[in-house]
Amino acid sequence: MSAFVIRRLMQSIAVVMVMSLIVFFGVNIVGDPVDMLINPEADQADIEAAIKALGLDRPAHEQYWYFLVNAFKGDLGRSFIFGQPALQLIVQRMPATLELAFSALFLSVLVGIPLGVYAGLRPETLTAKTIMSGSILGFSLPTFWVGLMMIMIFAVMLGWLPSTGRGETVLLFGVPVSFLTLDGLRHLLLPAVNLALFKMSLVTRLARAGTREVVHQDYIKFARAKGLSPRRVVLVHVLKNIMIPVVTVIGLEFGGLIAFSVVTESVFAWPGMGKLIIESIQNLDRPVIVAYLMITVLMFVFINLVVDVLYSMLDPRVRLQDMRA
Amino acid sequence: MRIFKAVFGAAVAIALAGAMPAGAKELKVGLANEPTAIDPHYHNLTPNNAFLASIFDTLILQDDRQRLLPGLATSWEATDSTTWLFTLRQGVTWHDGKPFTADDVLFSFERAPNVPNSPSGFGAFTKGKTLSKIDDFTIQVKTAKPHPLTPNDISQVKIISKAVATGATTGDYNSGKAAVGTGPFKFVEWVPSDRLVLERNDAYWGDKPEWSRVVIKPIKSGPARVAALLAGDVDFIDKVPTPDIERLKGDSNLSISQGPSNRVIYLHLDQFRDDSPFVKAKDGGPIKNPLRDARVRKAISKAINRDAIVERVMEGVAVAAGQLLPDGFFGVSSKLKPEAYDPQGAKDLLAQAGVPDGFQLTIHGPNDRYINDAKIAEAIAQMLTRVGIDTTVETMPKSVYFKRASRGAEGGLPEFSLVLVGWGAGTGEASSPLKSLIHTYDKSQGFGSSNRGRHSDAKIDALIEEALATVNDAKREALLQDATERAIGTLAIIPLHYQVSTWAARKGLSYAPRTDERTLYSEVHAN
Repeated sequence: MSAFVIRRLMQSIAVVMVMSLIVFFGVNIVGDPVDMLINPEADQADIEAAIKALGLDRPAHEQYWYFLVNAFKGDLGRSFIFGQPALQLIVQRMPATLELAFSALFLSVLVGIPLGVYAGLRPETLTAKTIMSGSILGFSLPTFWVGLMMIMIFAVMLGWLPSTGRGETVLLFGVPVSFLTLDGLRHLLLPAVNLALFKMSLVTRLARAGTREVVHQDYIKFARAKGLSPRRVVLVHVLKNIMIPVVTVIGLEFGGLIAFSVVTESVFAWPGMGKLIIESIQNLDRPVIVAYLMITVLMFVFINLVVDVLYSMLDPRVRLQDMRA
Repeated sequence: MRIFKAVFGAAVAIALAGAMPAGAKELKVGLANEPTAIDPHYHNLTPNNAFLASIFDTLILQDDRQRLLPGLATSWEATDSTTWLFTLRQGVTWHDGKPFTADDVLFSFERAPNVPNSPSGFGAFTKGKTLSKIDDFTIQVKTAKPHPLTPNDISQVKIISKAVATGATTGDYNSGKAAVGTGPFKFVEWVPSDRLVLERNDAYWGDKPEWSRVVIKPIKSGPARVAALLAGDVDFIDKVPTPDIERLKGDSNLSISQGPSNRVIYLHLDQFRDDSPFVKAKDGGPIKNPLRDARVRKAISKAINRDAIVERVMEGVAVAAGQLLPDGFFGVSSKLKPEAYDPQGAKDLLAQAGVPDGFQLTIHGPNDRYINDAKIAEAIAQMLTRVGIDTTVETMPKSVYFKRASRGAEGGLPEFSLVLVGWGAGTGEASSPLKSLIHTYDKSQGFGSSNRGRHSDAKIDALIEEALATVNDAKREALLQDATERAIGTLAIIPLHYQVSTWAARKGLSYAPRTDERTLYSEVHAN
């Protein structure tokens, strides 16, 4: 068992190292941040001084070495633009993004599962067909367009909800969150629905497919024959069994939710990591881009490592296969 | 009865107070760009300089047309060609209540060029100047050489409190600990990419602003900014996207303010290489760079229909340009008018220059820097193709574009043959574009730093250098006009149009448009 974990750990470290190389050089061959940072009226001497001050006059491999050495000390570099540690900038904005992502996840499950189960139980009804056609729209409409339309309808025309920003926040365990205040909730609703739309459709379709499959299984027939109420059959026996694929997919898609939030955050001016990374890319704030990508890589590698270890614990075949390999 | 009166009076007073607490008015603003720090000496960048002008004053202010106005200095004069005397305003207090004196000025000019980690500092404005204190309210500035732009330079450096700022870092400003100025607003808080909050400075030395509190929301996306205004989430926005302006003008709940900016959009042409990388003969073979011939440059200028660009591409939100700055700026020549559209004249000139059938050319431009930049490049390509110069368009993000346009070729030379660029004159007068765009590229003296066509003319250089050393305003203006006329005469650059800045507000608010594109909250008025 421990041999397996150690092997996987080594592989993860190798992945992180290779990714750092790709990310660092990928970001470093694009453009020149000095032109983004410096006032256009600066003369040649000022431009050269700025290049030197940022360490951009050094060869790329030397810059990479500094980056690695500092990264091992937990320092992912300093933002060219803000002059603050890149890690700090990202961590500052992380709660807003995570709150948005979790709200969207919550919404997609809350709406997607009942709709999907209903559509699965009564596939021939008009309502079920409407739900399924609706889910196609949810898949195919571009997020930014839906976001702008939602702003037009709910903020501009009806005036029910605010169009932009995060609203009032309160501290929960030292982390600013907005879902505990009314103003915060009002600000959260539109972006969360916007971000949730795609996942909502996904969950609906998964739940429907699962339900269709499960209702024909012997244990459901047996439960019915036993005289259990339809409510109990659906809520306990069907729901439990369709949740397995739903949970797996949601888990895998959570990373995607954070990544997709870039668009939603820009449209709703939500002060999260997505907005930071987009602006950093536009302004070529290399340390922030690299730090953001490295954090993402670490996150995914960690999740995969945990999943692998869990699988091997649950299913000995995985472990044995790996030993043989 | 008396009791009734008293009760009634009190009730009315309470009702009025509830409806309108004395002077408690809040202004909510949606801005396209957020400052990168609250430290006024950290980053010499337009969004920073614009926002921080509300918190920190300068010795000299600039009005909406960038003419100089007394700020923390009430008057200034040149006692000889290298000495300037500034008389400081008395009775000004810092936001923390302490008095403002000459020591604060000396300290500010010492700190401005030396902020750690600063990506682009204020050294250009303090360079070559030695400040000394004559008394608590008089400052002497000695310049190394005669430098007529000393007051303009001084107007760029914000004054901070010595007592508060000694030992303070940029972080201390961002947190608000050291953000103490003398400006019309006090700093309250900055939640990066979410909001900036200001509060009225009731002890301000000038006209007190109408707003007791200003909340600024950074909303980078143009449509989202407009939506926020339409939804009433903000009262005032800057940089209205051009496609929305017509619609907003028709909305009776909104008011628009528009004015030309100090930014000219122009073309630079490769004038230093015989073998220009993006110029080819009609059949795709090599050709001796025709752009070095002034007649070809003139033909290109004549082939461009500036009115069509202004009307169609810019949807009326621009002014056709014939020189480096719009009318009304210092050093602008009254003789220069925008080149008229004349395709036949362009063809004749091409024939005279020995390329009657034209040639192949690529125009390069950014696609996220200036208003409609990529569309302008496309329009120009079509217009040039019509007179025989087969032009293709290549646009790219500014982060990639400017490096290649400035020093992308071998040896740090400009890479492209024809580039679309813009220039905003920060000093608010003609020497700024002349010095950086027209003067021969000269690294040792800092001239021609953005001369991406490497145009070079010794006579114009001499005029610019003389102007930059002439303290007498009338003489200097004549020199700048002469240099501009010559530069446009030889087509050192081809000016296209001046950008127009647009602000939009809910009905009942007014804002005088500024040529420096800044949004000053103290200048937003309720009518």
